[in-house]
Amino acid sequence: MSLRSPLGKVLGRGSAKQGVSHWWVQRVTAIALIPLTLWFAYQLMHLPTANYDEVRAWVASGLNPVWLLLFIGAVAWHSALGVQVVIEDYIPKKGAKVLALLASTFLHIVVAVAGSFAVLRIAFTTFSAG
Amino acid sequence: MRQRPLSPHLGVYKFAYTMATSIAHRASGIVLSVGLLALAGWLIAAASGPESYALAVALLGGAFGQLLLAGWLVAFSYHLFNGLRHLNWDLGRGLEKSEARRSAGLVVLATLLLAAAFIYAAFFAGVPR
Repeated sequence: MSLRSPLGKVLGRGSAKQGVSHWWVQRVTAIALIPLTLWFAYQLMHLPTANYDEVRAWVASGLNPVWLLLFIGAVAWHSALGVQVVIEDYIPKKGAKVLALLASTFLHIVVAVAGSFAVLRIAFTTFSAG
Repeated sequence: MRQRPLSPHLGVYKFAYTMATSIAHRASGIVLSVGLLALAGWLIAAASGPESYALAVALLGGAFGQLLLAGWLVAFSYHLFNGLRHLNWDLGRGLEKSEARRSAGLVVLATLLLAAAFIYAAFFAGVPR
């Protein structure tokens, strides 16, 4: 016997009214992050130094801005979903929970936008040989 | 508030080390979320000019910053391998208790190896910084 109403089954969206999208996007970003994080780690380790000009030249070089934007977007999205579940599970008081969720959502969006803007700014103002 | 039925809380279960791998997945995720702040801060500093970048490097290059960096490398290694374990579960595989215990051991082993490689490359491989 199923406890779901026929309408609930048809809509398939559950009590949060979002269906499986949270679960699904968490997996999609997780899979995207496997190559992206490994690319990022590999790149960082192959930077000759971490000085200002070197880092800017690396950010601006070739398709690096594209990978960096994808990396920042995927990390921020994956992180937002993960932190959301942790807040929902460990902050029992409703008011505090909603405030924490709002703060986390805003912070993730700000970090993603500001980080992406930084990449674009470097990419468009640095003229590298790469 | 109305008294609603609750599912049994953690305290009623006998401790199994697979529980530790589960909570460690969340803990490493939170550590990496803090790492995202540092990543964005580092890029913003590099986009804002040499003075801000020098400040970011001073913060990340200090003892505390290096400790954080090592922590992110360990957290990333763990979250990567345990995340693969989760994706495998999502395919409906490896859900038997014995399999989950074995994969927990594998994850810990793989984490130690990758984290050691990362820490060696980041701190001991002689890259000038």
